[in-house]
Amino acid sequence: MATVAAVIASTHHPFYYRASTATGADRPPFADEWVAKIEAFRETLTKARPDILVMVGSDHFHQLWLDNMPQFLVGKAPYFDANWYNEEREFGLPRMRLTGDEQLAGHILRNGLDAGFDLAFSNELRIDHSITCPIITLRPDADLPIVPIYTNIFAPPLPRPGRFVELGRTIRQLVESWPIDKRVAIIGTGHLSLELGGPRQFGAHGPDPEFDRKAVDWIASGDLDGCLAEVTLDSLHLPGNATHGFMDFMLMMGVAGAGAKADHVDSLDLFHTMEAYFTWYPNGVPA
Amino acid sequence: MSKYLLNKFLYTIDRDPELVERYREDPAGTVAWWEQEMANEILNCAVAEKSTWLAFTDDERKALREQDHVALFGLGAHPFLTLTLFIAMFERDHDPLEYQKAYGRVLQQHYTLPYPDIAT
Repeated sequence: MATVAAVIASTHHPFYYRASTATGADRPPFADEWVAKIEAFRETLTKARPDILVMVGSDHFHQLWLDNMPQFLVGKAPYFDANWYNEEREFGLPRMRLTGDEQLAGHILRNGLDAGFDLAFSNELRIDHSITCPIITLRPDADLPIVPIYTNIFAPPLPRPGRFVELGRTIRQLVESWPIDKRVAIIGTGHLSLELGGPRQFGAHGPDPEFDRKAVDWIASGDLDGCLAEVTLDSLHLPGNATHGFMDFMLMMGVAGAGAKADHVDSLDLFHTMEAYFTWYPNGVPA
Repeated sequence: MSKYLLNKFLYTIDRDPELVERYREDPAGTVAWWEQEMANEILNCAVAEKSTWLAFTDDERKALREQDHVALFGLGAHPFLTLTLFIAMFERDHDPLEYQKAYGRVLQQHYTLPYPDIAT
């Protein structure tokens, strides 16, 4: 049977690639600290020795559009081209191509449908920075096959937070029930408090540092009850108008399991938004 | 109100480098052309299979012609789409992050929570 080698939750800051590769006067003052934190985070995946990556993210109106918007979608294809013209334009992200694992994707689709999630699927999916940012930070060689899973945190009406947690629990069960002897890392990215296109955007910190502090505590301690007691679709408007991306962190808390304390916790307070990085080892910390 | 159509305009312009430049240089002409030729194209269908009913309201058309991001925010356009396109058109005229900060400051003069509903 497959083993969940690591569960990883992260923000996906599209400016990391540019900041970390910039030199001289173009290199921002926070770049070295950021790179050091990312390299330590990357090591938590490397030492889990994964064979396959299940990658949870959210399309930012690149391929998925309002005429046909899925809530949860699994990519099932042999390859995934990645990054888009407007991400190249705004963030300097490189074009990429990742391989897919169709067998695991098919298993997740068939058994996810049977478990009560009416998952949409795509056989030709171009993925965006919500998935390529963690590839760049955690596996820059991009040498492992992936199964991308997209969630709708972007175009209301959205599923409620509890549904994201339930999907996370289900993804964990689906991976663990895959009858193939592979080591699978489940990686998901979202946001802490974030404002995009609104009055509170691009401040000195994230728009709601108090929310960010609580969110990091919920995730690090696996406090799903505390998190679900406070977080609703309505409440997520308060910390910032793009904070519904926090529901992808809640999904990852569902993958890790209630009460599961993260084995690696780190954060970095940047302008505009706070970065946060978490790794769990469900089967013990690798040697 | 046709928030969907506002978003469709922002989305289809933003993903096409030539249309980004065309909208920057000729806002009124681009909006008129787009509403006439593109508004009713269903993006994943053959061109002949058009919709027949999509049109801007006067306020929406005016906000797009005037490239008025404050008005677009008030009309419930998706803030991510507006921001991304406007950065593409106008960031180049400013120092780093200056445009993004000014964009937020002017919204602060008009809006507090709860923000206009963006549900389509």
